[in-house]
Amino acid sequence: MSLEKRPNGLESPLRRKLLLGTAAASVASLLPPRAWADAFPTAQVNTTGLAVTDIDVTVGILHSVTGTMAISETGSVEAEKLAIDQINASGGVLGRKIKFIQEDGASDWPTFAEKAKKLLVNDKCASVMGCWTSASRKAVLPVFEQYNGMLYYPTFYEGLEQSKNVIYTGQEATQQIIAGLNWVEKEKGAKTFYLLGSDYIWPRTSNKIARKHIENVLKLKVVGEEYFPLGHTQFNSVINKMKLTKPDVIYAIIVGGSNVAFYKQLKAAGIDLSKQTLMTISVTEDEIDGIGGENIAGAFACMKYFESLDNSNNKAFVSAFHKMWGDKTVIGDVTQAAYLGPWLWKLTVEKAGSFDIDKIAAASPGVEFKGAPEGYVRIHENHHLWSKTRVGRARTDGQYDVIYETADLMEPDPFPKGYQ
Amino acid sequence: MFMGYSLGEIGSIFAMQAFAGLILFSVFVLMALGLAIIFGQMGVINMAHGEFMILGAYMTFLTSHLFQTYAPQAFAGYFFVAMLVAFVASGAIGLAVEWLLIKRLYKRPLDTLLATWGLSLIMQQAFRSIFGAREVGVQLPDWMMGSLQVTDTIEVQINGLFVMTLTLMITAVVALLLFRSRWGLQVRAVVANRVMADAAGIDTRRIDRLTFGLGCGIAGIAGSAFTMIGSTSPTAGQAYIVDTFLVVVFGGAQSLLGTIASAFTISQSQSTLEFFLTGSMAKVTTLLIVIGLLMLRPQGLFVLKVRK
Repeated sequence: MSLEKRPNGLESPLRRKLLLGTAAASVASLLPPRAWADAFPTAQVNTTGLAVTDIDVTVGILHSVTGTMAISETGSVEAEKLAIDQINASGGVLGRKIKFIQEDGASDWPTFAEKAKKLLVNDKCASVMGCWTSASRKAVLPVFEQYNGMLYYPTFYEGLEQSKNVIYTGQEATQQIIAGLNWVEKEKGAKTFYLLGSDYIWPRTSNKIARKHIENVLKLKVVGEEYFPLGHTQFNSVINKMKLTKPDVIYAIIVGGSNVAFYKQLKAAGIDLSKQTLMTISVTEDEIDGIGGENIAGAFACMKYFESLDNSNNKAFVSAFHKMWGDKTVIGDVTQAAYLGPWLWKLTVEKAGSFDIDKIAAASPGVEFKGAPEGYVRIHENHHLWSKTRVGRARTDGQYDVIYETADLMEPDPFPKGYQ
Repeated sequence: MFMGYSLGEIGSIFAMQAFAGLILFSVFVLMALGLAIIFGQMGVINMAHGEFMILGAYMTFLTSHLFQTYAPQAFAGYFFVAMLVAFVASGAIGLAVEWLLIKRLYKRPLDTLLATWGLSLIMQQAFRSIFGAREVGVQLPDWMMGSLQVTDTIEVQINGLFVMTLTLMITAVVALLLFRSRWGLQVRAVVANRVMADAAGIDTRRIDRLTFGLGCGIAGIAGSAFTMIGSTSPTAGQAYIVDTFLVVVFGGAQSLLGTIASAFTISQSQSTLEFFLTGSMAKVTTLLIVIGLLMLRPQGLFVLKVRK
């Protein structure tokens, strides 16, 4: 009886504290941790031999801190460590402190799979926060399904995937794309679009969805669609083509170092982003650091989170993040989504009253996190998040002004009908 | 694709496209020059070439910061200082690497390939530890951004003009050194016949070291210039290395003219194809053309005829 009641009793004061934007103390810490943990004996909350003891629980962090992807994944690692710190300061999970084991995926997909296996089989991690690229997620997915682990995956991605063993804390493609296109059609009166992307699965799938939406739903026109090899640094030819076709909107899904080349060359070619509408779904504050705010000011980005978001959760999050990692670090969409991982896991474990993977997977749908920096999120039956989509406009200082947000939460739809 | 456009519009697009091709040509020459003189003279393929370029880029980043902090009024001209710093830093490290690593491996060309590849990994991780894993943004003086309005519809990028001028100057200096200086004479002697040159009293060791240092220094300048068009991050050098090899191998080692001719062929075909096809397809087609031509001329475009 007490087992079932306690999580509910905990829920509302915890929420209120989180809404206040502090995770420093929850009702849990009013009880001595031991007492809290004693209410949930290890034998009952951990029936499958995970790394859970009476005093702590081990989770894994699996990102690239070396290699090409270290640029992007560093922010995620930082956010996850911050969340773990805050959860521990507020009493831990079911009275147990979180310990983490960090492994380096080294930007190499087989290494990701190998390290995932190590975290699940040798270390018995109760959950893993990790991966960034779709390729790395695809590499570890069979491992998580075979050894029944739980992965919290932070990146916005192309969709077309759903697993009992993964919670997707970033947006899938339709959430990110459709609201932005609707907005640009309504607010900017856009009629023609030029789609650009780096040549791999996420930009291609996303542009496919964008094209279907533009042509079939909005009844507008796509005047060009192009892809460039990863790491491409010469965009003058396509810029000339855009000068010829004069699209109302340049829709850019270019990633990594290519971004820097693209925006610098766009500016050098005299395309003024205060007059030419450009919308991107791939440039977060992290990328602007490299591009330089002066080169991209005026562009619109469509995603669920911006560092400048004005709400009390976010203010507390931003200041805690800067305190832990330095004032100069910026926080992009994925970094925030990575921060959600440990919190969602904690809330799910407490809802389930158990660390068992099967019970967490079953308890995940409906778990809501009101302390999310982006505002409020809830896990859908398909293990993606309900979340709002926002449009931001880049400023010269590298931050975005949030100029639009959807009134309602967008429903995650990883297998969108009519868009494939 | 030209339906519904006036002749004037099409004309100006072609003019700008031609200019885009010339910029790409200059970029390729600048990238490949350092690698080409090292490969030509010593037969060493420097896999860490891209990292020497990024070292130059990081030096530019540091110089821009120093200027912003200590001499903001002189910021407009910092780029010239930065290129000098980049040349000295990359060149000095190049000399050190030659002395520590390369000179022990001259008789083992495959091992130098492996050793310089290892060096590139070491340098990447060093950048990551020193400057952080994230990209850094190099701020440029205002005069270098933007474009010149030539006619109503034709615009020319200032940074493109800058890269072209720079490439022209560096190529001229290298050509002058190779064909008018004592060092150049010795280099050409070593290229023609290393053993004979040694026997004739040329200090081939010293020549090698200088060549390697100069090649790396030029890579540093190239990296510094590319902060205008590309990104600066620990692994950004990888983006340049493939194109660089392509230019050098296609041009034929040991020939400055070959490098230039090959850079011209590749850049023109790529930029023209990019206009009519899409980015990825243009790359594929360019590579196919290069493979085809290399099958016809395995030695590359220009071959130095020497008795071996």
